[in-house]
Amino acid sequence: MKISYILIGIAVMAGVTYLIRMIPMVFLRKKINSVWFQSFLYYVPYAVLTAMTVPAVFSSTGTPISAIVGFAVAIILAFFERKLLFVALGASFAALITQLLGF
Amino acid sequence: MKKQEFLEGVKDGLPICLGYFPVSMAFGLSAVLSGMPIWATILISMTNLTSAGQFAGVNQLVAHGSMIELAFSTFIINVRYFLMSLSVSQKADSKMNIFKRLAVSFGITDEIFAVSVQRKCAVSATYMAGLILISYAGWVGGTVFGAVATSVMPEILSNAMGIALYGMFIAIVIPPAKKQKNVMITVLLAMSLSLAFNFAPYLSEISSGWATIIVTVAVSAFAATLFPIVAVKEGNCNEN
Repeated sequence: MKISYILIGIAVMAGVTYLIRMIPMVFLRKKINSVWFQSFLYYVPYAVLTAMTVPAVFSSTGTPISAIVGFAVAIILAFFERKLLFVALGASFAALITQLLGF
Repeated sequence: MKKQEFLEGVKDGLPICLGYFPVSMAFGLSAVLSGMPIWATILISMTNLTSAGQFAGVNQLVAHGSMIELAFSTFIINVRYFLMSLSVSQKADSKMNIFKRLAVSFGITDEIFAVSVQRKCAVSATYMAGLILISYAGWVGGTVFGAVATSVMPEILSNAMGIALYGMFIAIVIPPAKKQKNVMITVLLAMSLSLAFNFAPYLSEISSGWATIIVTVAVSAFAATLFPIVAVKEGNCNEN
């Protein structure tokens, strides 16, 4: 990877992110009243996190079986509403044990 | 007085800092393992202060995606901050001038937003500075630790840590999906569409960056049309 490509990429990411946060803070004091738009924004995190997780999670640990075990453990822990950190480390731990067992 | 407000911000931000550390450590690990240089990984955390956005950005940079794709996906993933920033903006006290607003807006994340709108009535720039700085320290510190640790950590351990970030995403998505049918349908639809974009003929030709954008916009628009949210929670000053 070229350094200039990385630097421009980081600048693009940082610039876009900053503008999104800065514009309402500095220029907009009025509320957005569109129910549709508010609803759209409400669903975005769930849709984007899901799309990024499936199917990429299955190739995240080096072996498919350990990834599937880690994924299942994460879903179970999340279902019982454990803290983010606990779910993240629990999934890693499950994947690690599976790999140590030779899968 | 000012010092006390700053310290209150630091105190309220400490749980965020502790929560960020392992997550950004996982980000640092996975970014470096996927081929991002250590300095660039740290620079991304220092300049972005987002989780999903940084993660998607690294994926695209490593895959040599175009800048338009990168800008667009960053926008879609992070556009939720727009509403959060809007809420914080309405909660800001009258002494927060334009320069302070320019600085505070850099630090609006899901967690910082959540903590600041829970505070009784107006938030000052001093309070926000304490809250943001301690959280920022956790985020950047964890990234440095994770990025550097990859070189000394046994491969089997860093491999297993690769799933940590997905674990966090799952922990965010599952609890509301369990309780709300509309969220559950959103998640199942996003999952199916994302699988289609990865494996279906023709669709899988599309790069993963664009696929994420298309899935997100299509599914969110569909859900917003079918299940509009009438009362989105907002911070207000009524309790004071």
